Amino acid sequence: MSIKIQAKDLNLYYGEKHALKNVNLDIEENKITAFIGPSGCGKSTFLKTLNRMNDYVKNIKITGNVSLDEEDIYDSRVDTTILRKKVGMVFQQPNPFPMSIYDNVAYGPRIHGIKNKKQLDEIVEKSLKAAALYDEVADRLHTSALGLSGGQQQRLCIARCLAVEPDVILLDEPTSALDPISTLKIEELLMELKEKYTIAIVTHNMQQASRIADYTAFFLVGEMVEYGKTKDLFSLPKDKRTEDYITGRFG
Amino acid sequence: MRRQFDEELDKLNTDLTKMGHLVEVSIENMIDAFKNQDKELAKEIMTNDRLINDMERTIESRSFNLILRQQPIASDLRNVTSALKIVTDLERIGDQAADIAEIIVSFEEKHAYRTVEHIPTMAKKTKIMVHEAIEAFIKKDLSTAQMVIKMDDEIDELFQEVKQEVVEIIKENSERIDFCMDFLMIAKYLERVGDHAVNICEWLEFNQTGIVNEQRLI
Repeated sequence: MSIKIQAKDLNLYYGEKHALKNVNLDIEENKITAFIGPSGCGKSTFLKTLNRMNDYVKNIKITGNVSLDEEDIYDSRVDTTILRKKVGMVFQQPNPFPMSIYDNVAYGPRIHGIKNKKQLDEIVEKSLKAAALYDEVADRLHTSALGLSGGQQQRLCIARCLAVEPDVILLDEPTSALDPISTLKIEELLMELKEKYTIAIVTHNMQQASRIADYTAFFLVGEMVEYGKTKDLFSLPKDKRTEDYITGRFG
Repeated sequence: MRRQFDEELDKLNTDLTKMGHLVEVSIENMIDAFKNQDKELAKEIMTNDRLINDMERTIESRSFNLILRQQPIASDLRNVTSALKIVTDLERIGDQAADIAEIIVSFEEKHAYRTVEHIPTMAKKTKIMVHEAIEAFIKKDLSTAQMVIKMDDEIDELFQEVKQEVVEIIKENSERIDFCMDFLMIAKYLERVGDHAVNICEWLEFNQTGIVNEQRLI
């Protein structure tokens, strides 16, 4: 068992609002960790601390520590571009760039200096295959990504993330906007991807967490209430608040 | 927030309580019919066994539909799945009472109840076990369940005593062999009733801890 990301005594403030309260959490390598909890509990805020997406928020203050491979990601010497290459993110609404499928996937590698066409072709094909999208788009790589279905667009976003060879993939409710079949396709994809990547996913869908997550953390009002193996958390939660939330006794 | 779900769970509990009561009545009536050689009561037990079987199907159907519609987890899942498991044991207890009743109907010998000395004790203890097991399950009382599980050793010992007694009776008078076979069957059925009461208690442990016989199932 190897810890990929560790949060220690993490506190986050949006101005006066104490949005994350003393969060301590280890994210295991090559596993899927789900964050669940009611709206406003801090799970997405926590997810965004893992690749410093919160840096763009005004009046934000963070104390404590988040480390990736035992290195503090909030150290002033950290290059956030490199960090976000290593720790990629996929959002709730699929957000393909308004360009071709090919250019969407090649965008990241190009930004990082890869210009050789053959190399780019290989990266695009490999990433689209890894995202289980290649077969559906191989004959139209140079058509607009905006013409894809919602589920395909989301897989394209995953391919875009994979193209820069991350270690970790963060997903913030990646299937909330998708139909059930697209949702299941993405879930199957994540189960395959965890062989090579570490995955953290925010989800409102308890069944999704129980289907795919190895570990689950329950957040409530900024606090990380309980964390453990998904099957333990869903069968015999230790904290009554966890039990009440997952059984729908409160939303 | 989950009114419909909670109502369904309440109905499941009510059905389980009702089935438990029917089974207890069956056992009590079986002992009374046996003591008093009341063949009419024995026939009634056999007829009423149908009600117990119907309750098993009702509870199974309610549980399956709960799982289908509500996807229960945590304590709700353990409640529904343990209900599914214990209805089988309750139904089997009902069957055993009916099987004993069938034998009582065919008895010709007077005072049959006292013929084999240990049988009345076995019958009393299994009645207690069934009552306590059902109470323990409904009240989620693990310590009573533990007590019931321990009582099973006594039932098993009594069964061995009955076997010995029966052997002695046959040795004394081999013409009593048919009668003795019936008693052995009755004792075996009582012993099985004890086992089913133990099963109910073990599923209570699962209901509370996810563990059965030291094995974590969920």
